Amino acid sequence: MDPTQELISSLADRYGRSRENLLPILQGVVQKEKYLSDYLMIEIARELDLPAAEVYGTATFYSFLEYKQMGTYIIRVCKTITCSMKGKNQILLAIQNMLKIGVGETTPDRKFSLLETNCLGWCHKAPAMLINDEVYTELTPEKVRGILTEYLKK
Amino acid sequence: MAITYNLKRADFIFRNENDWEKILNRTLQRDKQELINELISSELKGRGGAGFPTGLKWKLANEAVSDEKYVICNADEGEPGTFKDREILTKVPFKVMSAMAICGYIIGAKKGFIYLRGEYKYLQPDLEKIIAEFEYYCKEINFDFTINIFMGSGAYICGEETALFESMEGKRGEPRNKPPFPTNSGYMGKPTVINNVETLAHTYTIFKHGSKKFYDLGVQFSRGTKLFSVSGDTPKPGIYELELGMSLQDFVDEFGDGDTKAVQVGGASGFLVPRKRFGETAIGFKGKLTGISLPTGGSMMLFNSSRSMFNVLDNYLEFFREESCGQCTPCRVGCQQLHIGIKAVKQGAKPASYLDKLLKLTETMQYTAKCGLGQSVANSFSSIVENFREEMIY
Repeated sequence: MDPTQELISSLADRYGRSRENLLPILQGVVQKEKYLSDYLMIEIARELDLPAAEVYGTATFYSFLEYKQMGTYIIRVCKTITCSMKGKNQILLAIQNMLKIGVGETTPDRKFSLLETNCLGWCHKAPAMLINDEVYTELTPEKVRGILTEYLKK
Repeated sequence: MAITYNLKRADFIFRNENDWEKILNRTLQRDKQELINELISSELKGRGGAGFPTGLKWKLANEAVSDEKYVICNADEGEPGTFKDREILTKVPFKVMSAMAICGYIIGAKKGFIYLRGEYKYLQPDLEKIIAEFEYYCKEINFDFTINIFMGSGAYICGEETALFESMEGKRGEPRNKPPFPTNSGYMGKPTVINNVETLAHTYTIFKHGSKKFYDLGVQFSRGTKLFSVSGDTPKPGIYELELGMSLQDFVDEFGDGDTKAVQVGGASGFLVPRKRFGETAIGFKGKLTGISLPTGGSMMLFNSSRSMFNVLDNYLEFFREESCGQCTPCRVGCQQLHIGIKAVKQGAKPASYLDKLLKLTETMQYTAKCGLGQSVANSFSSIVENFREEMIY
């Protein structure tokens, strides 16, 4: 068994193989592989004995279940109203200048992907962003540069 | 028609006396019907935004006959401008879990779930530890109840209760037709009570202090307190517990920056109130008071005169366009056309009269969309376009 098949079957062992366990399994695979390739979705379908189209349909519904290749660190900048009012664009610009990628792109070394996302629930400490599951609030361009510098060292 | 209710602060939700074990144990000894009546007489209404009477919901689920029932805590807090539920789960999680267990006792459910939005995944490890501690106590007092966290994955629509069930069943988060209602057929087709995090926290307060204490706060039809998530152009953004029924003018006097042009009440799916209406608008549920009364999940966003209302509406419509599940045509195509439409008017590609056509479209969406998302786009759209029409036009 290749390592991804092993991952899928261990997740299925842990959560169960019925339909209501699909989301936790998809989330588990994304956690590890960063995105759901066609191959992975077919393998999950096989493991759960579901039509591959059902797995694809479910996976592509959720914005945090990526189905395009992503970097190790996915940066999601909140673009909803308060963050947008409090300087989201300067934050994006600072990231873009530093990593040389636009929104929706991944750095050539596959370390970072940059995305915009809807309300993160930090409106009182706007602007906010997520890097993978980690949240950063009350951002300024300087603060963002400091945070990214730390990630670049990783 | 000025409203005379003042802004009154309260402190119930976040007050933590660390006595949840005592309260839980004590409540679980009480008669189920008595507890339901306690909840009904408190007149608590759902704090997620829709405002369904909580006591009635529990009563219906109690009456439903089934071998299996569920209690779900809706922590898919996605409405723009709302951030109170995370704070509750961080600061007083035991209150929410105790309330879930009490609900389980009343309706006859042994399993509870917390549906936590993907954006709050960083809360999961701590919450799981607390759940383990909570379940250990339940075992100690011989009460059979378990809680599991179910993680969302970044879909606003999953805050809609039936979409949330679909999501938990491993499907696309597309809302179901109602009826049947969740109290008869919810998660896995079984009777389910689904409550917002804050609603559950309030039930804890009611079971601890009695319904009268809760009922005495607020105003007629809008009893008790509510957490407000305050953001935007304000010198003191944050979370505040206030009595329901205050006038928006009082709110702005307290939280505004002196130049407040409008307040968005209830997030993107709520209403925008312009300055001239602050005095006649109250915050609470429908059917009372002298002026207009606006229900809310607690999102209060303030805008000062430096803000363009076109940009605000543009931002909301982009949000709805992306978050519409796409299942029903009025919402899928409606959100898209509204978004394209206001931009066309702004750029001069369409005449100003086109806005009236778009207003008609929101009316159609209000009547024909399948769920609250499509139905409520009209709220913010019409309240912004009607009050700030000049800002929509090139």
